[in-house]
Amino acid sequence: MKTKLLLSGILAVAVLFCTNFLVFAKENENSIQIKGSDTMVNLGQAWAEEFMIENPQTSIAVTGGGSGTGVAALINGTCDIAETSREMKPRELELARKNGHDAQEFKVAIDALAVVVHPSNPVKQLTFDQLSGIFTGKITNWNEVGGNDQKILALSRDRNSGTHVYFLEHILRKGNDKGPEQFAPEVLMLPSSQAIIDEVSQSQSAIGYIGLGYVSPAVKAVAVSKANEGPFVLPSLDTAMNKTYPVARPLLFYTGREPQGTVKSFIDFVLSKKGQEIVRTMDFVPLGDKA
Amino acid sequence: MRKIREFVIEKIILLNGFACILFVILIFFFLAKDGLALFRFVTIQDFLFGTLWNPLAEPPQFGILPLLLGSLVVTLGAAIIAVPLGMACAVFIGEIAPRWMREVLKAGVELLAAIPSIVIGFIGMTMLGPVVKNLFHLPTGLTALTGSLALAFMAIPTMVSIMEDSISAVPRSYKEGSLALGATHWQTIYRVIIPAASSGIVAAIMLGIGRVIGETMAVMMLTGNASVLPKTILAPVRTMTATVAAEMGETVRGSEHYFALFAIGLVLFGITFFINFLADMARHRKKK
Repeated sequence: MKTKLLLSGILAVAVLFCTNFLVFAKENENSIQIKGSDTMVNLGQAWAEEFMIENPQTSIAVTGGGSGTGVAALINGTCDIAETSREMKPRELELARKNGHDAQEFKVAIDALAVVVHPSNPVKQLTFDQLSGIFTGKITNWNEVGGNDQKILALSRDRNSGTHVYFLEHILRKGNDKGPEQFAPEVLMLPSSQAIIDEVSQSQSAIGYIGLGYVSPAVKAVAVSKANEGPFVLPSLDTAMNKTYPVARPLLFYTGREPQGTVKSFIDFVLSKKGQEIVRTMDFVPLGDKA
Repeated sequence: MRKIREFVIEKIILLNGFACILFVILIFFFLAKDGLALFRFVTIQDFLFGTLWNPLAEPPQFGILPLLLGSLVVTLGAAIIAVPLGMACAVFIGEIAPRWMREVLKAGVELLAAIPSIVIGFIGMTMLGPVVKNLFHLPTGLTALTGSLALAFMAIPTMVSIMEDSISAVPRSYKEGSLALGATHWQTIYRVIIPAASSGIVAAIMLGIGRVIGETMAVMMLTGNASVLPKTILAPVRTMTATVAAEMGETVRGSEHYFALFAIGLVLFGITFFINFLADMARHRKKK
């Protein structure tokens, strides 16, 4: 008898808790779910923290997983904002429409990608053609691009990364989305930007690409040129802002519908002067004076 | 009243027993439903024996041979490292160590099993990788060997604990008989005790291997994930588990790539099912 009472008691509490939670979740429009790009997780977190200080009644949850994860969540309706470091593909837009979401795009910051090598590597500059050759496996020795006689160890992010897709489409395929170029099978696919830094700082023959914010003294960034004859530009905040550095991509927000309420005020905050100042402190590139 | 209660409780327990099997069957059907859909686009031969894994190419290539071999190389390497170590450890714990040390060692080995794989991956990346790189003068420390070493650590606890159980289960009279005939302790161990416990030892090895082949996080961090056909154990490889984990986030639901990842899951399921089956066979042989 006693156990029965106890059991029904537990059941009652559980039911109460669940219904409470459901009601709570429904009524609370002050909470935002943000999901997506690993590149943007820290940035999104910084925005969210500042925003929550200004608007204490709101709660914003930011999670990573990759741009694709964010887009998938947006399509399935499990997040309010998807952070992506690439544009949504036509197929994804169509899927979103099918699920009743009219995806809206907002450009919120710029990320410059730095190509990095070991500090002892004598190579100082590379063209898009050379980079494409290295990552597609046509160039396998550093002496083909003006370095030592040493096999190249090419490092990439894995396929769930927006950075991977951007590099594939804009460097390997030189802007032609459907080009035949592919990462060579020999290219190492690492699960995080930090893993790339670790490898490049340890291996004299390594080359990898990472967001500008990740560049540290343990690795050396090389100057990059789109055309074979130059000009070669080193990645920095200034060269990315004045658009002379060629490997820069927009960082985006996607919402499932015309933003309203808290989502709208959050996006307004991100695009405000204060929001863009946070972009700078997080080592990304602010949008600048509406180019 | 009492009878009814008895009846209800009995049925509930029965239901729970069947629930486990039901879940396995449901998981299998779920995998098969999405995995087999791939073969509307790709032939089974191209999938299993294709040497290029390029899911983002136009048209995409879904050859899992490099991934399959990658998984096998890492697993085999781990088994070669873990089996002798695990067996030596189990024999020591079961036969040689004094009672107090046995308790300490058993607890220690079981604690090893509780370390999360991401921790092993992290330790492997920061400590093991550089060692492997410098020892063999490699361009990178992220190789199949690094993965094998880390996975061996994860397989050893499973192996030791089952091996030790089967060694302790060898009847005392066998050991006493052998010693009475004038055999030394060592002769008794390798001529009498190990053969008598062999079915349990084989089962332990199989279960350890089953754990290794399904491991994801540590291999993803340690093996470099380059989808080449592995030529040596000192080169980077990409395993099936790491491929699914690394690419699932990016795929569009219902795309060929999505189905291909499920098909990989199906292959993995098949392999672990087969290994567990072998382990079970080994265990039942003992009873006869």
